[in-house]
Amino acid sequence: MFAFILSRILQAIPVMLAVALIAFGLFTFVGDPIATMLGQEFSVQQRDALVAALGLDQPVWVQFLRFIGNALRGEFGLSYRLSRPVADLIVERAPATLELALCASVVALAVGVPMGVYTGLYRRSWLSRAFLTFSLIGVSLPTFLIGILLILVFSVWLGWLPSFGRGDTVQLGWWSTGFLTASGWKALVLPSITLGLFQLTLIMRLVRSEMLEVLRSDYVKFARARGLRDRSINFGHALRNTLVPVITIVGLQLGSIIAFSIVTETVFQWPGMGLLFIQSVSSADIPVMAAYLLLIAAVFVLINLIVDLLYYAVDPRLRTGRGH
Amino acid sequence: MAALLEVRDLVVEFPTRRGTLRALDEVSFDIAPGEVLGVVGESGAGKSMTGAAIIGLLEPPGRIAGGSISLRGQRIDNLSRREMRRIRGKRIGAIFQDPLTTLNPLYTVGRQLTETMQTHLDIDAAEARRRAIGWLEMVGIPAAAERIDAYPHQFSGGMRQRVVIALALCAEPEMVVADEPTTALDVSIQAQVIALLKRLTREKGTSVMLITHDMGVIAETADRVAVMYAGRVAEIGPVRSVVKAASHPYSAGLMASIPPLSHRVEHLPQIDGAMPRLTAIPTGCAYNPRCPHVFDRCKVERPELLPANETRAACWLFDSHAPRERAHV
Amino acid sequence: MAAIARLWNSDLFWSFRTTPTAVISAAVALVCILGAVLAPVLAPYNPFDLASLDLMDAFNPPAFMEEGSWAHPFGTDDQGRDVLSAIMYGARVSLLVGVSATAFALALGVLVGLLAGYAGGAVDAVLMRIADIQLTFPNILIALLIDGVARAALPRELHDQLAVYVVIVAIGISEWPKFARTVRGSALVERNKEYVLAARVIGISPARIMLTHVLPNVLGPLLVLATLNLGLAILSEATLSFLGVGVPPTQPSLGTLIRIGNDFLFSGEWWIAIFPGLALVAMVLSVNLLGDWLRDALNPRLR
Repeated sequence: MFAFILSRILQAIPVMLAVALIAFGLFTFVGDPIATMLGQEFSVQQRDALVAALGLDQPVWVQFLRFIGNALRGEFGLSYRLSRPVADLIVERAPATLELALCASVVALAVGVPMGVYTGLYRRSWLSRAFLTFSLIGVSLPTFLIGILLILVFSVWLGWLPSFGRGDTVQLGWWSTGFLTASGWKALVLPSITLGLFQLTLIMRLVRSEMLEVLRSDYVKFARARGLRDRSINFGHALRNTLVPVITIVGLQLGSIIAFSIVTETVFQWPGMGLLFIQSVSSADIPVMAAYLLLIAAVFVLINLIVDLLYYAVDPRLRTGRGH
Repeated sequence: MAALLEVRDLVVEFPTRRGTLRALDEVSFDIAPGEVLGVVGESGAGKSMTGAAIIGLLEPPGRIAGGSISLRGQRIDNLSRREMRRIRGKRIGAIFQDPLTTLNPLYTVGRQLTETMQTHLDIDAAEARRRAIGWLEMVGIPAAAERIDAYPHQFSGGMRQRVVIALALCAEPEMVVADEPTTALDVSIQAQVIALLKRLTREKGTSVMLITHDMGVIAETADRVAVMYAGRVAEIGPVRSVVKAASHPYSAGLMASIPPLSHRVEHLPQIDGAMPRLTAIPTGCAYNPRCPHVFDRCKVERPELLPANETRAACWLFDSHAPRERAHV
Repeated sequence: MAAIARLWNSDLFWSFRTTPTAVISAAVALVCILGAVLAPVLAPYNPFDLASLDLMDAFNPPAFMEEGSWAHPFGTDDQGRDVLSAIMYGARVSLLVGVSATAFALALGVLVGLLAGYAGGAVDAVLMRIADIQLTFPNILIALLIDGVARAALPRELHDQLAVYVVIVAIGISEWPKFARTVRGSALVERNKEYVLAARVIGISPARIMLTHVLPNVLGPLLVLATLNLGLAILSEATLSFLGVGVPPTQPSLGTLIRIGNDFLFSGEWWIAIFPGLALVAMVLSVNLLGDWLRDALNPRLR
């Protein structure tokens, strides 16, 4: 078990290094941090002093190591746009994004999995066809348009729910949460649906196709031939076997929810990391972009690890060795 | 003795884009209690399809379009899903070809056994577990009491097929449909598994429909044999008669192509041509284009099963009422 | 005539004729494409002709509403621009970027896939590892990143001029791994077949073998992937433009139009954002449906 986790962590290191290299490349070669930090007028001495202070006169690999060292300590320098430490900005914005992503994931899973199971089992019923049509529309509707439509209907026309912001938040230490106030919950509804809908349709289609695949398998046929009850075959034998591939994809999808929140946060002016990122892209604020990239990569690596551990729990072929 | 299973004029059809295909065309046979009926034929002859129709698990869009299947006089081809489920496993067991894929990889073999028994028999969990261990012992799994909690991937192919046999028999069905039970196994293990199946079914008095293309297995195990060709029964009769003195030209050709064990031969006879596809079954006797004894009537009129020596064969050579134009047999 | 008859009777076309969704979506896609391509001819107004704009016409509602008129069937925006004409011109940009980006991704993916599949070994391992890593990140993030880098690296004016190309490249790069994987898989299989070995023995160049033997084998899957990716690429472009980092406002795409219309949602002029949105959905949905149908038709086992 321990060896398994360790090997997975070791496998993740090259990925993180590759992403770090890209982030470092952005940081070092794109744009001119000196010019950005010193403004228009500066003396040669000032410039040299800053170059030395930032270590820009040292070999590239030293700079890269220093960059990694800093990144590990959470130091990504100053934002060009806001002139504040990037780490502070991210810590400030992270709770908003994480709470939104959590709610969106719950929506996507709690609705998507049952819909997928249903459409897999009763593929010819009219409700399945309706679900499938709905999922196709879900895949073809861009996230921002879903957000706009929801705002139009529920905020502008009906006036039921807020169209922007997080509502009232409560500060728990450094974490600001919207879960403790009614307005916080209300503010979460539309963004969560917007963000979760795409993943919901993906999860539904995935679960459905896996169900269809497994229902065709020999062991399900054999379970039928043994006269087991439909409920046991569908949920015990079939659904459980679909879990392995479903966990992988769903895991990755949940990771991309955090990345996709860029769009949703823009539509709903949600004060999270995505909004921070998009503002950095449009103002070419490289330190924030580099830090965000590394953060997302770390999230993906972490999710991959959790996915592998879940595999371990679900599939006995990984747990127990071969033996005769 | 009254038949346990009666299949009468069974027709299975597949609707396709280019019209309806007849995969089984008026197939009829009986299986007596405790009897082993071997079903042989080339791939695509309809052997497995017949087995699937009996256990009510035809792959859609295939469907029974005519005829009947009765178990102890009760029709089972037109039952509801619910009623048919109660017959599968409980009264008719099934054994599939590939033991590597027929066991659910995520459940222990013990759980698969106890689930099957508890579905069909009125026993509690402890009793089910006790019996499961008993079944594993009966099918020859060493250290059954420990192995019961092992997963399928921890068994070899032969051992898995023994588990499959235990699963098929554990609710004590009256008959078992065994579809190519040894084809996927190593040759060295095939004989053991067949012997096990034969011994257990004989002890319990279970009838077996043994589908295979291995004539050796049939000769050793079956009481009677049905030879299938292009979705029809070509010949049916006691195993010795069919193997030693087949009446239908197709079964005769099939038997002649088995290498004898007693002496070496230079050339094995073979049947020229190939079985027709379902889309192009000739009129009259389906075998007529390949038959060495073909005459005009064969190309026009389809033969019924007729008494022929010690068996029954679907061949006009044995029509005692009509003059044979060419009788070579 | 014989060729037409053969096409009409072919399995693929039979499947097309008998699948209502395929026929309908093909029709919708055709309308979208024609409307976009022929916008300068078909559009009732030229939205870029500042002389024709009249601020008195601003915020006209669509024709079916009380104050609407058939002069502007989908109404007008804040500048008095005809929304229908703006949509047609915008669809042109969206389609152009979508098709170019998909073609770019296709070319890049095929190249990398053939290289990886044929060279094997370390080259294959490195290229596919890159593809794997990239595939774990959502397309839109990659495209955003490339766009951001271009913004930082290029001087502002140059960037504005090149903005459309930057978007095409950004989306193209974000989508190449899927193509590369498909081609590589097939190249690996074909590489070890007898006829390829034979061709190598008689001295036919690897590049030629790849192009004449491997590529034709993956045309079907590539076509399906390209169709489905076209929908994705159009969506990516719309998203980038909506976020304000896509094509420049001087060449508004459907995404840009939605972004502009979004500002008027609260004052009640919903049509400025919603009609371009519907056009976008019609375009993407029809392309996706066609892609789905094509996948099923070319791969009957999956039905």
